[in-house]
Amino acid sequence: MTDGSTQQVPFAPDVFTWPADEPELIGGRCTACAAVTFPQQASCARCGSVDVEAHPLPRRGTLWTFTTQGFLPKEPYAGGETQETFQPYGVGLVQLGDEVRVEGRLTVADPEVLQIGMLMELTVVPFRTDPDGTEVMTFAFAPVDGEED
Amino acid sequence: MTDVAIIGVGLHPFGRWGAKSAIDMGADAIRTALADASMQWSDVQFAFGGSFEVDNPDAVTSRVGLTGIPFMDVYNGCATAATALQLAADGIRSGQYDVGVAVGMDKHQPGAFTSDPVDYAAPPWYGEIGHFLTTKFFAMKINRYMYDHGISHETLARVAAKGYRNGALNPNAFRRKPVSEEEVLASRMLNYPLTHYMFCAPDEGAAAVVLCNADIAHRYTSTPIYLRATALRTRRYGAFEVHASWAAVDQDSAPTVYASQAAYEQAGIGPTDVDVIQLQDTDAGAEIIHMAENGFCADGDQEKLIAEGATEIGGPMPVNTDGGLIANGEPIGASGLRQIHELVHQLRGTAGERQVPGEPKVGYAQLYGAPGTAGVSIVTT
Repeated sequence: MTDGSTQQVPFAPDVFTWPADEPELIGGRCTACAAVTFPQQASCARCGSVDVEAHPLPRRGTLWTFTTQGFLPKEPYAGGETQETFQPYGVGLVQLGDEVRVEGRLTVADPEVLQIGMLMELTVVPFRTDPDGTEVMTFAFAPVDGEED
Repeated sequence: MTDVAIIGVGLHPFGRWGAKSAIDMGADAIRTALADASMQWSDVQFAFGGSFEVDNPDAVTSRVGLTGIPFMDVYNGCATAATALQLAADGIRSGQYDVGVAVGMDKHQPGAFTSDPVDYAAPPWYGEIGHFLTTKFFAMKINRYMYDHGISHETLARVAAKGYRNGALNPNAFRRKPVSEEEVLASRMLNYPLTHYMFCAPDEGAAAVVLCNADIAHRYTSTPIYLRATALRTRRYGAFEVHASWAAVDQDSAPTVYASQAAYEQAGIGPTDVDVIQLQDTDAGAEIIHMAENGFCADGDQEKLIAEGATEIGGPMPVNTDGGLIANGEPIGASGLRQIHELVHQLRGTAGERQVPGEPKVGYAQLYGAPGTAGVSIVTT
């Protein structure tokens, strides 16, 4: 936070734990077949069971693939940038343990820095600032040193 | 089961057409296809019409004749045209009808497609945070594919340059100016590793096909082309697909692989029998991946094959001889029927400057699109 008065809110409830020192993505796990999705959905993508429970996902994983978003997306994108202010951002698919691969924004947008197989960790970053000063927060993955969870 | 013959094809050139409506383009394509089949609209017993932008393609009947026939509207993402074609063929195969039309038409705004992600079973915030883009998916898929199978950036550029080169030979194409590999690589990076010139563009156009019971095809044409297979498949659990916020670790093959296998089985042929190939080249990477997914080569062999010119018009496995999506753009409803239009002309030997030498006898067309749907059609002389 930039100062004590800045309010930070997640872009949606129930997607990641927030506020938290070590935020976690909230996935869904099928109690019938154990398939894991992100986010939690009302029924299982593999077997169709409606018995799906909230399931916190590992915070670290490896970068399975990535790209950069080099142009301003059309609506419903709500990042608040204009053609003039838009800066490319990274997007990747991160494999969290052996549970699921999750698509997320990356804190790095330089393909020279990003490498398939590199270790990534979940973080929560400002996504846009609303006119009243509220920072809308999103989840993202950042390259880190160390080992998987 | 009754065999199905294609006896007429028609196309309204793809591009940007000002105030001209998709319906009027569809009518032009139908008239051209009917003339090709030496037939009147009043001879047509039923039709399927495909479009993304037009709610009711059957409005085209007010331009070609309000004859009262059953006209059924379909939308199935980028596989819409393969769906219209399969359903029209099924109407004849079942014995219900003898003569039908499949038509597709669209008129898109420039720029990447967008919609409401909720309608694709993606989370409601998926678009808001900037993930709801087909271009991003194709870029992530080819980036991993390049890593796994040793495909270079230069190969991406070669595929795009071939598309523009073939488009320059096609009077119906949207992009008719050759673009060099150097220009392709130097153009703006839209989604790494894919640059501006490596992508197709949503545009405008229409295409139509007249089909009939093969037993009566010679009443209308001396050169019927037979529709040997039509197969549609959706993604299985484990496939890495467009518009998904997650993917399973247990990987399965893409839907194209299953549609392709089913189509070969129906037609009773294999990939080495195919003489002319049309693949969904939403981007240069997709063409490369789809070569392997459709059985034309092993993963990774594209690097050498494309460098050797194997996929050029004069090569042993010509791909996207009319310039594909890269040079024609993608009016979704029409795109797959544009592929069939090209294959029919190639198999008749009437493809002009882009004619594949050696009297090709077998054509293959593949579509792939959101949210993970593939369609494959096989035609023969």
